Formats: sequence, C-alpha cells, structure tokens
Amino acid sequence: MSSGAGREQVFPTRQVLGQMNSKLKGAQTGHSLLKRKSEALTKRFREILKRIDEAKRKMGRVMQIAAFSLAEVTYAAGGDVGYQVQESVKNARFRIRTKQENVSGVFLPQFESYTKEDINDFQLTGLGKGGQQVKRCRETYARAVETLVELASLQTAFVILDETIKVVNRRVNAIEHVIIPRTENTIKYINSELDELDREEFYRLKKVSNKKQRDQAASDKEMKAKRQQEQQNGVKKNDDEDEEEAKDVLGEHEDDDVIF
Amino acid sequence: MEGLYFNVNGGYLEGIVRGYRNVLLTGSQYGNLTQCENIDDIKMQLGPSYGDALASLPPNPSTSALADKTTEKLVQDFRYLQGQATGSLAKFMEYLTYSYMIDNVALLITGTLHERDTKELLERCHPLGWFETMPVLCVATNIEELYNSVLIETPLAPYFKGHLSHHDLDELNIEIVRNTLYKNYLEDFHHFVNNDSEMAMTPTGEIMSEILEFEADRRAINITLNSFGTELSKDQRRKLYPDFGKLYPEGMLMLSRADDIEGVSLAVSGVGDYKRFFDEVGLNQSSSGVGNMAGGSGAESKSLEDLFYQKEMELSKLVFTQQFTHAVIYAWVKLREQEIRNITWIAECIAQGQKDRIGNYISVF
Repeated sequence: MSSGAGREQVFPTRQVLGQMNSKLKGAQTGHSLLKRKSEALTKRFREILKRIDEAKRKMGRVMQIAAFSLAEVTYAAGGDVGYQVQESVKNARFRIRTKQENVSGVFLPQFESYTKEDINDFQLTGLGKGGQQVKRCRETYARAVETLVELASLQTAFVILDETIKVVNRRVNAIEHVIIPRTENTIKYINSELDELDREEFYRLKKVSNKKQRDQAASDKEMKAKRQQEQQNGVKKNDDEDEEEAKDVLGEHEDDDVIF
Repeated sequence: MEGLYFNVNGGYLEGIVRGYRNVLLTGSQYGNLTQCENIDDIKMQLGPSYGDALASLPPNPSTSALADKTTEKLVQDFRYLQGQATGSLAKFMEYLTYSYMIDNVALLITGTLHERDTKELLERCHPLGWFETMPVLCVATNIEELYNSVLIETPLAPYFKGHLSHHDLDELNIEIVRNTLYKNYLEDFHHFVNNDSEMAMTPTGEIMSEILEFEADRRAINITLNSFGTELSKDQRRKLYPDFGKLYPEGMLMLSRADDIEGVSLAVSGVGDYKRFFDEVGLNQSSSGVGNMAGGSGAESKSLEDLFYQKEMELSKLVFTQQFTHAVIYAWVKLREQEIRNITWIAECIAQGQKDRIGNYISVF
C-alpha cells in the first residue's frame, strides 16, 4: 500500500482517518488557491518583463541624449562645470516616494519620482556663459533619472515577484506531488488496516459464535440425555430421587464446581 | 609713426603669433574631421597642428583627454610667448591670464567654502590661470584666511578690494562672486588698453576696446538671460554689468529692468549686431529650447550663444588684418580656445554617434 510518496506514521484508527480526510481536503483547496495565485503572479510577471524591456530601451535613448546635452554644456560653458554643480547642491531637488502595491498578497514596492520645484541649488551656474545649456542639461538629466527610477521600480518588482513565484510554485508542486499523494496513501493505508481489523473481528466473532453454538448444542444434548434417563428411571426411583434430592445441602460432601 | 618702434619689442612675437594663426584649422580641415569614424581618426587628422602634443595619447582616447592635450599645447605656446614678451606686451599677456585666474580662484573659493581639500582642486584649475602663489591659497582653511591670502598673493587683489568683503564670499553665491570679479577685470582691462602709455592711441587700444566692449555686452546679455527665473534680483544683476560696452549706459539700464527675453531684445535693439542675433534666434527661441532638450534633433538653428561665439571669432579674425598690435595675441588665444572647443565637440559627436549635429562648430577660416 505504501507506494511513491510513502505515508505518514500514524495509528490506523477512525479518528486519524477523519483527520487525514480533512487534511486531504485542505490540501486540495490550498493547492487550487496557490495555483491560482501563481497564475496571477506569472501574468503580472510577464507584464513587468515587457515593461522592463521597454524601459530599458527608453533608458538607452534617454541616457544618450543626456550625455550629449552634457557635451553641449561643456562646449558652451567652455569648461568643467561639474565640480561647481557638485559643490553648490545642498538639497535634493529630485525625490522619490515609495508606496506598496498588493498583487495577490505580494507587496511590491513602487517608486514614484517627483521634483521639488523650490529647490534649485545651482541655478546660477553658468551665469556668465552657458547657463541655458546647463538648464537644459539639468532637465534632460532629470528625465533620465525619472526613467531610471521607473526602471528601478520595475526591477525591484521583478526580483520580488520572481522570488515569490518560485516559492509559490514550490508550494504548489509540494502539495501536488508530495502532500496530496502521501495523505491519500495514508488514507488508503488506514482504510486497509481498518478493513483488516474488521475482517479479523468478524472472523473472531464468527469463531466465538461457532463455539457458543457448539457449546449450546453439547449442553442441550447432555440435558436431553439426562432428561431421558430421568424419565426412564423416574417412576422406580422416585422415592430415591426425593431422598437424594433432599439430601443435606449443608453437608460435608463437596459441591460440584459451577461453571458458567 | 605709431608703429615705428613696435617691432623693437613686439615684432618677433607678432611674427610667431601670425605663424601660429596659420596653423589654425581651416574649414576644409574641419570638414575632414567631421568625416572621421572614431577618435583615432581625429587624432590622425590633427597630426599637422597638434602632432607632438597628441602623440602620448593612448589609442582611442576619451574626448576629455583630447581636450586636455590640445589645451596643454595652447598653454605651451602661450608660455613661450610670455617668456619672450617685454614691457607693455608682458603686462598685456598677464591681463589675458587674469580671466582664467578668476575661474581658478572661484574654484578654490568653492572648495574652501565646502571644506574640501583644496589641494586636489589645483589639478582642476585652468593651466593658463595658474600663478606661482596659487598653492598658497590652499593653505587657507576658512574663508577669511582665504580672502586675505587672495588679497596678498594674487594679482586679482584689486578686483576683490572695495567690491567684495570676506563676508560676501561666504554669503553670496559663487557665481555672483565670479561675475563681479569678471566685471571688475573687464573694466580694468579696458582701462589698461586705453590708458597705458605704450598702447593708448595705437591700434591695440582701438581693437581691444572693440573686442572688450563686445565681451562686456555679451556677458551683460548672458547674465540677464540666465538670471530669469532665478533668485538673482534685478539690483544684484545690475551690479554685474560692466560699466562700458556698446550697450552702456542706456542698454545696460534697460537690460537691468528686463523681465523676459523680449525685454532683452528691446534693450539691445540699439546695436545692430545684437538686434540681428535676436531676430535670428527670436523666431525659434521657443522651439529650439524644446529641440535641444530632445537631444538636438532638428536643432539646425543656432542658439544665441553660438551666434556670440561666431561674432567673437569674426572679431578675432579681423584682428589679424591689423599690424603692430598686441591684440593679435588675444585674438589668437581666443581662436585657439574655440578650436579646442570645436575639436572637443566634433570628438564628442563622433564618440556618441550623434552625427546629425556635428556641424555645430564655428569655423572662421
């Protein structure tokens, strides 16, 4: 009976059978639920994959444009403005908010970018020359960073979803291929053991009843014989009998053992 | 009579500079450069003018390395000339380096303000603006010390004195400090070329006045345009305008009151050249902004800044039609600077595969 996934080490009793049955039912419900979850996640996963592809392509373009606009700045401002920009920045103008999105019980972080318009730390860079280019470059890079943030949010979701899908699939497979067969095996085992017990019990009962009948028959026969004998010498030994019957019960002679 | 004794001191240098001028890249050479497929090709094309300077570059160098090496060559040539210069010409060449010094000092001030190790900054300084006592400025740890050492050690002291206190260095934006210095420098330079005993009433004074006036106007216009939408108040802005130039005084006054680009174009309409620039740019000002933001697709039209550069180059080119003047050195430095910018631009375009805007360089020869 114990093939494949083996069975659990349980005593084959009715109570355990009941437990096993409910366990099997639970496992089946869980399996179908998890299966559906996994499907939902996979759908989402594919969608994200598509968007990542798009975002990456977009990032390539945007970064190229941004790098070129930096070249423009170098040309117009006639030198390196990098250091000055680095040093004059005190607060981040471009900021990120995170929020969580719930996809079938999985929390995906989402990054949302926004700019604080009132923070404008290097607005005077390139005042003498190249200021407009610096401004344009800043705008271009802001868009590039926006794309990066979008991509980052997608990538994070991608990694988390990937992980979750793996876990869910592992659970689905475990339930499908291990837990359910094992529970089924256990149930089968318990059933077979119980049947066995039933048969044993039945046989035993039969034996007992056979024995009882035999005993009954024997005692009946004995009784019959006794009666016949009594009837034969009933008349001639009537007095004897009475005497015999009336003999002292409390006498010294031993009683026969009473067997039930 | 005015050129009679010029060659005693300046003849050799003028000859050299005219020689240098002939090595400047011409239109057809730029044409060749734009056809290059990679930086190595550019290096090869630049061989005749920059051969020895570029020889040490590794194969396929970065554009910034290319720019560094070409600048190095310019500095070398300049130092050679400076070594030969005497009298008013030496002084003139010193004045030339002051504008780079201003940038360097501004850089050091930025570093000191943010408590960075200013020694590292020395490498970032423009080599033309290098002066012997510059490392001394790095010793200063706070802004007051720096201010004092700038006053003592640098030739820029007059530009600081009376215009900026050490509190200003701390409080004002570094760009304002830089532009204040630049304004003072331009005024001083202008005064110098017109009043120096050797240069007054010579072609030098005349030509340099024109160039410096243009430079002053350009700065005033740029500052105005770039200050829109920033915290720079009109009052502060007014203080950054040099007190001479073709726009001075009415145009400058109007500039200081301008609120938008129309105000600026109105302010400069008194001067034919600038009016023309604004007319050319004005039509596509809004669209070119978008075009450039989109990475310059279809940005065929030149920006105002390009037009100013173009004008500067034309003025510099014209200087070479004059003889017996120091101005050729100034013009040559400016032309070489533009050439370096052009090379960097072309190299950048090639390196980034943005060939459609490669023609944006400015060539006058």
